[in-house]
Amino acid sequence: MYEINLVGIEFTITAWQLLIVKLLVILTVVPVGALAGGYAMHKELGHLQHRLGPMYAGGFHGWAQTLADGLKFIYKEDIIPANADKRVFTLAPAIIFVPVMLLFLVIPIDRSLIIEDLDVGLFYLLAIGSVGVIGVLMAGWSSANKYALIGALRSAAQLIAYELPIVLTAATVAMLAGTLSITGIVEAQDWPFILWPPGIGLIAFLIFLVGAIAEMNLPPFDMPVAESEIITGAFTEYSGMRFIFGFFFAEMAHIVAFSGIAATLFLGGYRPIVPWAPLENIPGVIWFFGKFAFMFFFIIWVRFTFPRLREDQLQKFAWKFMIPASLALVLAAGAWVLYAPESLWR
Amino acid sequence: MARTGEFIPDSSEISKQISTGRMQTEEMVLNVGPQHPATHGVFRLLATIDGEVLTNAEPIIGYMHRGYEKLVEARDYRQITNLVSRMDWLSGINNELPLAMSIEKLMGLEVPPRAQYLRVILCEMNRILNHLMFFASFGAELGAITPTFYAFREREDIQYVMETVTGGRMHFGFFRPGGLKEDVPKGFYAAALASVRQVIDRLYQYEDLLTGNEIFKGRTIGVGVLDKETAYSYGVTGPIARGSGIDMDVRKDEPYLVYDHFDFNVHTGPNGDCFDRFWVLVHEVVESARIVEQAIEAIPSGPIMGKVPRVVQAPEGEVYVRTENPLGELGFYLVSDGGNKPYRMKIRTPSYNNVSALPAVLKGTMVADMIAILGSFFFVLGDIDR
Repeated sequence: MYEINLVGIEFTITAWQLLIVKLLVILTVVPVGALAGGYAMHKELGHLQHRLGPMYAGGFHGWAQTLADGLKFIYKEDIIPANADKRVFTLAPAIIFVPVMLLFLVIPIDRSLIIEDLDVGLFYLLAIGSVGVIGVLMAGWSSANKYALIGALRSAAQLIAYELPIVLTAATVAMLAGTLSITGIVEAQDWPFILWPPGIGLIAFLIFLVGAIAEMNLPPFDMPVAESEIITGAFTEYSGMRFIFGFFFAEMAHIVAFSGIAATLFLGGYRPIVPWAPLENIPGVIWFFGKFAFMFFFIIWVRFTFPRLREDQLQKFAWKFMIPASLALVLAAGAWVLYAPESLWR
Repeated sequence: MARTGEFIPDSSEISKQISTGRMQTEEMVLNVGPQHPATHGVFRLLATIDGEVLTNAEPIIGYMHRGYEKLVEARDYRQITNLVSRMDWLSGINNELPLAMSIEKLMGLEVPPRAQYLRVILCEMNRILNHLMFFASFGAELGAITPTFYAFREREDIQYVMETVTGGRMHFGFFRPGGLKEDVPKGFYAAALASVRQVIDRLYQYEDLLTGNEIFKGRTIGVGVLDKETAYSYGVTGPIARGSGIDMDVRKDEPYLVYDHFDFNVHTGPNGDCFDRFWVLVHEVVESARIVEQAIEAIPSGPIMGKVPRVVQAPEGEVYVRTENPLGELGFYLVSDGGNKPYRMKIRTPSYNNVSALPAVLKGTMVADMIAILGSFFFVLGDIDR
């Protein structure tokens, strides 16, 4: 039995009921978030590119456009190529989409509004976040298509190049915060970027962002899906719902999740941007969604502005700059935690 | 489990390959096209790849052959105009020009100066349209989608002006042997000037967004180098040849129409890589806009059609006329047996020769570079196959 106090309403609930509620929340939040994210992306894109974006579906500024798009894909035929490895081919989109859904488990929206406050939340995020590549590899290999194969291999080649900087910068955050729990990290941030010591948090944030963009396969690091080169890579042969869940939906949910993660780890999540008493009165949900929206806007902005790098250029960038820089950050954070006098801490 | 052994290659062989620094892997044949977004149509590239490196590339053309050289033999001279504007569909009016000029040369027709000026204006506006289109597609091929929409924004304005004159957006059908179909409407000069000046005013945005971008430079500088000798030997012309440092432009070398009245530069690139080709393309937009401005300032009044007999009938003989199409040198070799139809018409299109140089450039590049090179070769499928 759990006693719940949700926005002032108190009630008790059994463990099983709680689990079901949590599952239902995840199952609604992720698709709704991805749909809303898709709509926001279309709108932002429209304005960046001197056009309107969706305007008709649903009436008000085309709010139902992403719903209609999704519906269209449901009606499409699900084609499985004759030479494909059917079981692997059909399983791959799930392997890609489920980990993305699980990312939402540990993102706190407000002080107590978190689905599962794990003690090793950060570790969980990093572990779950990199599972999706297996799905991409499965999709690419089982499709029996050369473009899909190239895309899958590019995806695998890219894995270490961005995963290491992400892990190392996240480790920096964990060291400065002194905990792996996501809420613990947020509580440790009186200022965004865990501003003491100045600099480390900000640089870690930038490196994390670059790594996250690469992990999500967004331009300028979208070589695994490069539409003009290898035609969405591993997903060339997919159609209908599998294409949506393996590619479009997963990508959008990934962007939404990573915007939330970046806002939580580096921008102070549900806490005000400066520790000033009047700002504390504004609900944490508003702070969180403000920071989340900023991150989302930024990621989409980058996504549609830059040309694509080449695979070897990314590797050079990652191994010669990002990984050494993030190793240096870990060193600096470690030195700070060990030797900085107590008086300098906050 | 019993089969696992098959997949383990000889270990001594692998260590030898590693010590020589080159792992031998099996080559794979990759069909790029006929349906591929980077080929702008039904162009097929038979690529042999070793990992991501192209060991061989063979362009296969002909998927769009429509037999125009044969079709024109069954149509009289006035009907041909609408066929040739469909060869290079991005620069229709530039295709009509050498056709009209070849017929005029064979028949000895005089074209009034006003018509010549208007031809220059329309051709140069069409050149801007064409170059902006390739600017847009090149950005999209390198993964930057936004520049595409910027270029289309400017294209739309110019296209609208062209539409008010000719009534068409792609296939204009406006040049006739001896002159033009009709005079330009009221307000054309102001609209044309405004549209080309807007392009010049906004070119800095393109510079900020794409040409000056470090990633863009990293993807294009030193990639796909076409040296001068190779370019000469394959008969490469146009912005691609100029990108390789060949200073040739029919408008300067053999001025036709009234091009010798205008002050414009021919830009050449030093290295012949993708960036140089692209750089030349962007700068030609400026030069074309300058020509349009000068032509509108100096345009004389008068008739737009010379004295043309009721039946357009060329005397027996042959003639070759070449002009500077946006993509290169466009030549019409026209043979007449004295009738009202051509006896034979051989068309030398720029894209055909330009694409033939592709294998020499593509060998040894990576798949991603292959797309950049295809994009920087600025070809139109209809112009290759016609």
